[in-house]
Amino acid sequence: MTPPLSRPATGLGLLALGLVAPALGGSTPTQEVDYERDVVPILEQRCVSCHGEEKQRAGLRLDSRSAVLSGSDSGEIQVVVPGDPEGSLLLELVASDDEDERMPPKGEPLTAEQIDLLRRWIEEGAQGPAEESTREKHWAYVPPVRPELPAPRGAEWARGALDLFVLARLEADGLAPSPEADLRTLARRAHLDLVGLPPSPEELDAFLADTEPGAYERLVDRLLASPHYGERMAQRWLDLARYADTNGYETDARRTMWRWRDWVIEAFNADMPFDQFTIEQLAGDLLPEPTLEQQIATGFHRNTMVNAEGGVDQEEYRVAAVVDRVNTTATVWLATTMSCAQCHEHKYDPLSHRDYYRLFAYFNSSEDVGPSVRPTIPAPRREQAAEEERLAAETSELEAALSAWTPELEQELARLRDEHVGASALPAHRVLEASAEEGSTLSLVFEDGSILATGEAPARDTYLLELELTEARTLRGVQLDVLVGGNEDERGPGRTEHGNFVLNELSAQLVTTDGERELAFAGARADHHQVGSPVWAPGDAVDGDPQSGWAVGGGEGRPHRLEAALAESLQVPAGARLRLRLQQTFGSQHVLGRFRVELLDQLTPDDAPLLAPDVESWLAAGAEELTEEESERLREWFLAGTSALAPQRDRLAELRARPKPPTALVMRERAVPRETHVLARGSFLSPGDLVEPDVPAVLGELPADALPNRLGLARWLVSPQNPLTARVTINRLWDQVFGRGLVHTLEDFGTQGARPSHPELLDWLALELQEDGWSLKRALRRIVTSSTYRQSSNVSPQLAAHDPENALLARSPRYRVEAEMVRDLALAASGLLTEKLGGPSVMPPQPEGIWMATYSGDRWQADEDEDRFRRGLYTFWRRTSPYPTFMTFDAPSRELVCTRRPGSNTPLQALALLNDPVFVEAAVALAARMLRIPEATDEQRLRHGLELCTTREGSADELAVLSQLLTAERATYAADPEAARALLERGVDLGTGDLDPLELAAWTLVANVLLNLDETVTRG
Amino acid sequence: MDPFALQHLTRRHFLRGSSVGLGALALGQLLGRDALAGSGEGGALAPHFAPKAKRVIYLHMAGSPSQLDLFDEKPKLQELDGQEVPESLIENERFAFIKGVPKVLASPYEFANHGQSGARVSELLPHTARIVDKLTFIRSMHTDQFNHAPAQIFLQTGSPVIGRPSFGSWLSYGLGSGNQDLPTFVVLLSGQFAPSGGASCWGSGFLPTLHQGVRLRSQGDPVLFLSNPEGVSDATRRRSLDALKELNEKRLAETGDAEIATRIAQYELSYRMQTSVPELVDIEGESKATLEAYGVEPGKRSFANNALMARRLVERGVRFVQLYHWGWDSHGTAPSDDIITSLPQRCQETDQACAALIEDLEQRGLLEDTIVIWGGEFGRTPMNEERGGSKFLGRDHHPHAFTIWVAGGGFKPGITYGATDELGYHITEDPLSVHDFHATLLHQLGIDHERLTFFHQGRDFRLTDVEGEVVRALLA
Repeated sequence: MTPPLSRPATGLGLLALGLVAPALGGSTPTQEVDYERDVVPILEQRCVSCHGEEKQRAGLRLDSRSAVLSGSDSGEIQVVVPGDPEGSLLLELVASDDEDERMPPKGEPLTAEQIDLLRRWIEEGAQGPAEESTREKHWAYVPPVRPELPAPRGAEWARGALDLFVLARLEADGLAPSPEADLRTLARRAHLDLVGLPPSPEELDAFLADTEPGAYERLVDRLLASPHYGERMAQRWLDLARYADTNGYETDARRTMWRWRDWVIEAFNADMPFDQFTIEQLAGDLLPEPTLEQQIATGFHRNTMVNAEGGVDQEEYRVAAVVDRVNTTATVWLATTMSCAQCHEHKYDPLSHRDYYRLFAYFNSSEDVGPSVRPTIPAPRREQAAEEERLAAETSELEAALSAWTPELEQELARLRDEHVGASALPAHRVLEASAEEGSTLSLVFEDGSILATGEAPARDTYLLELELTEARTLRGVQLDVLVGGNEDERGPGRTEHGNFVLNELSAQLVTTDGERELAFAGARADHHQVGSPVWAPGDAVDGDPQSGWAVGGGEGRPHRLEAALAESLQVPAGARLRLRLQQTFGSQHVLGRFRVELLDQLTPDDAPLLAPDVESWLAAGAEELTEEESERLREWFLAGTSALAPQRDRLAELRARPKPPTALVMRERAVPRETHVLARGSFLSPGDLVEPDVPAVLGELPADALPNRLGLARWLVSPQNPLTARVTINRLWDQVFGRGLVHTLEDFGTQGARPSHPELLDWLALELQEDGWSLKRALRRIVTSSTYRQSSNVSPQLAAHDPENALLARSPRYRVEAEMVRDLALAASGLLTEKLGGPSVMPPQPEGIWMATYSGDRWQADEDEDRFRRGLYTFWRRTSPYPTFMTFDAPSRELVCTRRPGSNTPLQALALLNDPVFVEAAVALAARMLRIPEATDEQRLRHGLELCTTREGSADELAVLSQLLTAERATYAADPEAARALLERGVDLGTGDLDPLELAAWTLVANVLLNLDETVTRG
Repeated sequence: MDPFALQHLTRRHFLRGSSVGLGALALGQLLGRDALAGSGEGGALAPHFAPKAKRVIYLHMAGSPSQLDLFDEKPKLQELDGQEVPESLIENERFAFIKGVPKVLASPYEFANHGQSGARVSELLPHTARIVDKLTFIRSMHTDQFNHAPAQIFLQTGSPVIGRPSFGSWLSYGLGSGNQDLPTFVVLLSGQFAPSGGASCWGSGFLPTLHQGVRLRSQGDPVLFLSNPEGVSDATRRRSLDALKELNEKRLAETGDAEIATRIAQYELSYRMQTSVPELVDIEGESKATLEAYGVEPGKRSFANNALMARRLVERGVRFVQLYHWGWDSHGTAPSDDIITSLPQRCQETDQACAALIEDLEQRGLLEDTIVIWGGEFGRTPMNEERGGSKFLGRDHHPHAFTIWVAGGGFKPGITYGATDELGYHITEDPLSVHDFHATLLHQLGIDHERLTFFHQGRDFRLTDVEGEVVRALLA
């Protein structure tokens, strides 16, 4: 087995093969070596960590040109002799064959190319600007300045300043731009880049029919105005914001986050200026009188994970979420690898450990702490908002009406009192014995005959009572009153801290002279029981299942009554005994404190309310005997039950039961801010010095009147004082369109990141963005209407060798589209796509067994309606088990910020595109679409199918290949109609029932090939 | 050349700043500076020296088995059973669930000497007891995480913070594949649930996605979407792929984009996988004796079936096979998670197959260059958890000491490394950190753990972060 990934120790082998491309964004053999551009990156990446500000091994610093030239601190050893590479020790050491001698001592040697750059730099006289430390003047920390426009020779090619910069750079390398792409290619490209969907046949025809000047610009304007533009832009923003529909970690439960996702789509569609877009997402809650939408916007930083695993120290994960907010903010707005400074000083960039916690302080005082996702707010969608407001008003009116005490009600209550005055059943039994199985002590200590459990409350217990009937009677039921006022310091009626209990099972045995018999219960009622999930209903206490039971959550601290009805009434003689068993096995001390049992000779009529013990005693007493509070509680009880208010009560119940408006997770500050400490090694258990919120010193200063909170930070991020945000933002747009940023490392503008390929262009674009009022639509329009953008993507071997990464843009790039778009394209081409904007996330079918999260019974429930065919960005995103086909096409798990997805090309992708049911369904639908063209030839149908997938007109030999396949598969299915039926049996109605199945099956195979074409999933 | 390495040829990887290896030379005209920088910046791709082992089978017992009831016998616990532990022991300690002062919990299980080495193993693992002379016991593993998801992710990626590549991904990146037609890094799950850390346990982090673990499933297609749709025969598929190839080749000629060549190759590889994967999972050819040795029941989703599959995978050159068996989280809140009922069930589900796997590998001459690892993500406390006054016996999470075992791959068999105090609470000898363990495993695979790096967000990252020492005492 030869390890396939071993490689020659250096790039020399490649050089020998003549395969090495020029340094991108750097020097080429035709250019002079530039110290800043070519030499500094090598020194900073490979030398400065030992020969820099922090360490000076051998007394040598290599972090500025003057230091390089002066050699060791004693000046004894010169490492660079300008003009004399052979006499320069630096070169000798980096090129040495002796491993013990070679620099740098760790890691791979410098590449041949890097050594060559150093050699040529020295040869050319080790030129460079007279400067101080390279660190202090790293390009990204200097605010952009408006560059002079270059004047390339072929300037007539340029449509604007952007093209002049690109062309000048091409000419410096002796390159010329590629010819303009044809109109169909241009249309497809602009559609994919701006709305993420291919042009429909109608859109394409309209564009091709417009022969007036400016047709392409009009197309771009139409696309920028399309609601799908917001979806396309949002998809990338969701990766940066680590948007998902679940909390992450073990249980990975669902959260309602989509209102924030829809806010993003709407903001892009409205072309919300990027500075406002920033401020509302980072600090919308801190704006004066924030609107609902501004609060929803703050969901950006509520996309952090929540660890609900049992036994978690929530402070640890609160800090982890704050750390994530710092790192994400630094990555998204500053392209700075702040995370290094979480544990120690940044090794390469001028960011201190303390800087990190100053930034941390901005995010350290929000309310949210796991395991819940609070704070959340009701967040009705715009179209729901007015209706919601009306219903909320009606709700408060009803609530007021249902708590208003009127003379009429007073009369009603008086009548009810008359029925109950003096009514008091006398006990017909005495308690012979009361004991417990698990350590409680039961005793009769109250005059009312109630029993009290004392001693240390056990986790679980079962109480046993033996009663003797003192007179013969009819026995129809057993009444259990659970009471308060038992043990001191216990709230009651349960012995838990909160006062709840669970009666898992009540059973009864009758002992007479005839022997013993078990009594069966028909059911039970109570004045109150715990609702929610699960429900703890009274009937559960007599259902024979010890897992279920009766509990009174929501009514703790008050007495309650359970009335259990016997399955049949019994005539019981005096002296008979009744054994009762009260099983309370829920655990964690959910056992009863004080309680009382009564044997009933009649049951409360079904249409009468079952009275709680306290209510019963209030009704029985004279009105004047009640305290103020008791009278008030009695009125409350009456209001809650009287038939006079039934219509209002029903309406209120109806209102409360209506589907709740969606909620949104929001940022909210605590009333008392937290102190922020520097955390040694990043550990929340090792707080050090106290710090105040501030921005990293190297990036400038806050204005004197800046607020010391997120709002102050957000405003600074988009202020002209910050050198990074505009550059970082325009660079990401450039990447979206050209597949590669002007700074290739979108996430790192620091010294370890890539240098800009076109530094002046980057600055120019960044300044234009700000001067345009941060309009992203205008910025994109400027880019996609340029001559640079309109070039063909075809590439000659010479050009591919010269600039393999296309950093210089002598052509348009060509690349496979992102995961969600792979899906969207197939759905669009086949006509299946549901073009519905926003709403809750959806679940297209996925194979069984993907969701297996621990301690979660949650299931993937595939949508059967139009939601089955929504755009990819609406697919439900579960962090621990994301939608598998997206993962296969390089989508991230969304646990952390992701700035760039890889663009892999694997056999698993081939299998998904060929066989994943969604792509098979798309093939059937595309086949039907081709077949439905009225009165067309096979060739015309094939041509149409190819155009739907690629926007291109097929050539004769392409159509011949497809036609040959069609013929073969027609024969296949004619010979095996059963196979055709099996292929078309899709588990969802695709509306193809009227088509000949044999013909449709053959065309489905052709469609499957069309959807799998490299070109179909490629932006070119 | 190795077609799975063809995945490395994608130009988009270069565009996106990822790394490539030798395979890239075949389409060398695509090589740009990134390709050089990615692998050249301090990161040599492996192996760096002659490897002792070529592949790994990691049997991860998710939830974490109790070392005190299986391997780390503590008579002192019998003596102190039911007594409160001294407060000094738990001062400043954080527990997941234990509240107040907990009581010592003796193991209810008998231990005995086994093999030449005389290793003490509890009665719960009779089959493992049979093979102790082939195992290297490490009683002194420790971690700094005491919740499942972060601890599993730490053990598998070298960092408790999500986002780093997993062990298998690093191997895939460093060593590439040993089989042309199968994934390099395969994951198999058994037990009721997936591990708490989810897909991040086998994620590729910032490494190219192609290095992520591929789940071999026991229901439906063994690899997602492997089968042709119903009604599409192999002949039809072949004709479709031929047409597709012809059309893609035309575009390749037209555009000059070598990425299309890669895509053509990947479709061909996917077609070969349609043969190689079913052949892999078809255990018809296994002898009755083998099936019985593992306790395999064909068609069932079980640890035993996965263990047999692990052997079949490494036999075919797959680099890293990761098994997860869920359900070892013995807190004692109910019989379903205590050490009386639940722990013996988990042992019963895994013990026989673990021993069979080791013996099977040995018989086939695979054990000497295959590392097999058995263990959880942390240990369990010597104290009874008694959550909410529970009467069921169980132990809380314990990061300070736990036992794992390793076999094959040049590890020294028949020894026990490290020791814990008389309660099994702290390590008293030879502590072994997760980073040290990783460094040692990589060493056996011919990899200098400091040199297998990937440049990401401004610095070189590696599996062992900034730590890790190779522990030679573990090695033969």
